[in-house]
Amino acid sequence: MSTFSYAARDCATMLRRNLVHLMRYPAMAVSVLGLPVIMLLLFVYVLGGTLGAGLGAARGLSYIDYVAPGIIVLAVCSGAVSTAVSVNVDMTEGIINRFRTMAIARTSVLTGHVAGSVIQTVLSAVLVTGVAVAVGFRPTASPAGWAAAFGLVVLLAFATTWLSVALGLIAKSPATASNLPIPLFFLPFLGSTFVPPASMSAGVRWFAEYQPFTPIIDTLRGLLIGTPIGRDGVIAVAWCAGTALIGYLWARRVYNREGR
Amino acid sequence: MNNKQPATTAAVSATGLRKSFGDTLVLDGIDLHVPAGTIFSLLGPNGAGKTTTIKILSTLIRADGGDAIVAGHDVTAQPDLVRAAIGVTGQLSAVDDLLTGQENLLLMADLNHLERREGRRRAAGLLGQFDLADVAGKPAATYSGGMRRKLDLAMTLIGRPRLIFLDEPTTGLDPRSRRGMWEIIRDLVAGGVTVFLTTQYLEEADQLADRIAVLDHGRLVAEGTPDELKRLVPGGRIRLQFTDASQLGRAARALGEASRDDEALTLEVPNDGSVAFLRTMLGRLDAESVGVAALSVDTPDLDDVFLTLTGHPDTTKDAWR
Repeated sequence: MSTFSYAARDCATMLRRNLVHLMRYPAMAVSVLGLPVIMLLLFVYVLGGTLGAGLGAARGLSYIDYVAPGIIVLAVCSGAVSTAVSVNVDMTEGIINRFRTMAIARTSVLTGHVAGSVIQTVLSAVLVTGVAVAVGFRPTASPAGWAAAFGLVVLLAFATTWLSVALGLIAKSPATASNLPIPLFFLPFLGSTFVPPASMSAGVRWFAEYQPFTPIIDTLRGLLIGTPIGRDGVIAVAWCAGTALIGYLWARRVYNREGR
Repeated sequence: MNNKQPATTAAVSATGLRKSFGDTLVLDGIDLHVPAGTIFSLLGPNGAGKTTTIKILSTLIRADGGDAIVAGHDVTAQPDLVRAAIGVTGQLSAVDDLLTGQENLLLMADLNHLERREGRRRAAGLLGQFDLADVAGKPAATYSGGMRRKLDLAMTLIGRPRLIFLDEPTTGLDPRSRRGMWEIIRDLVAGGVTVFLTTQYLEEADQLADRIAVLDHGRLVAEGTPDELKRLVPGGRIRLQFTDASQLGRAARALGEASRDDEALTLEVPNDGSVAFLRTMLGRLDAESVGVAALSVDTPDLDDVFLTLTGHPDTTKDAWR
């Protein structure tokens, strides 16, 4: 076999290992899924009435249609925590030194994690979408719109995963690793997840308009329920691609640094 | 195991290895030569630099200075060729807790690029050999310390490395598991594999190693066979206990060169540890009709060697006994 096919086989082996972990230790996956679902129910059944009244009349939307795309993005961000923790656990245990002293493709450890986490994260985003539909979310997207929305979720998952792999690598312990990605989870709150930035006070509004999650959420919302997207689509893809690249380079650099 | 090498080949050959972490000098220029097919033990207390040495030789970290040829390849220039020839079992458990014993072995078989059937065959063989067949289907997290260590070693062996690094292979094991591990290590070498092990247990080095290097504060303070090292310290002593002062006095006159303790009624006679010396000594005492109440022979062990060489006692011993 060639070097490339060995590398591909190593990556597949590592992916299989991470998927088995996922199935053996589902508690993490459940907690990753639980938070966005609770958020969804909270904002639809508890806060949604008032928020929707303040926002809906002008736009002609029910609140769940407004908030569901943001919650889907939140579900993707929520996956970052489990990625960082599982990478960190791997790095702080002896098995990583075993991998490093074997003649295997060096990046296969990280690509295995990334592929496994992207699959897990996208699955949880799909499940959250399903719950949203069950409680009244009514997307109007065409099949092409669904495909584009799915693509955007995968791209976002890819970006947040590489970033959280890097965070998992720099953390000294699994506890730190579970804290580092938390800003990633809170950024959507200061964006267009729950209310439009236009309704926020001036300073926060400025931040909300220019931070990455607002164009990402607005694009997903546009694809699913037909609100205008405009330039947001390009900006969203650029943010995702840029974050993925930075996360990848950062993770690779930390991983290859010797003597942790 | 396959891949026998002629005994003259060096499995490890290192010169002038140096390594610092920040301001701390961990290795201060050490030279190592390990012939293929032998057991080599790096002996030293905690913090002596043993693990750092293994990390450098197994391509985990780079030395700041010096050269190392491992399994015929330079560790810095051709790390992948070194990795393909070695197996490493470190101090930290390197098993995947969420996988079963068998899955752990199959994971390693895949990463060694074995064919599926061959991987299963070797995994089954190792599980049987290490008495793990009964627990092969249970997650490694449920294993005892001794079982984990055996699984760990089996995972190292599935790729059939020619050279195996074992970093403190028996630390934390109960005496029975430790002896089991020693048997496994001896069997490996009987099959032609070279073993490079570190230990803080003098007894372990004495039991296993063909050659021992004593590492202290990043420097090699001695190297040789266990017997050669024992010869480095003054010979043993025979301690004779008497029932009264007159017996002691007559014995002291008969034996000449001996140190006498009038209060304890003992004589300590330096000796070379041979049976002939003992026989001669007892013969002289018989001729003088001296009755000996008790006799004990102290031969130097590696504890004495360690103390002599490093100038400080082996402080790790209490944890071991």
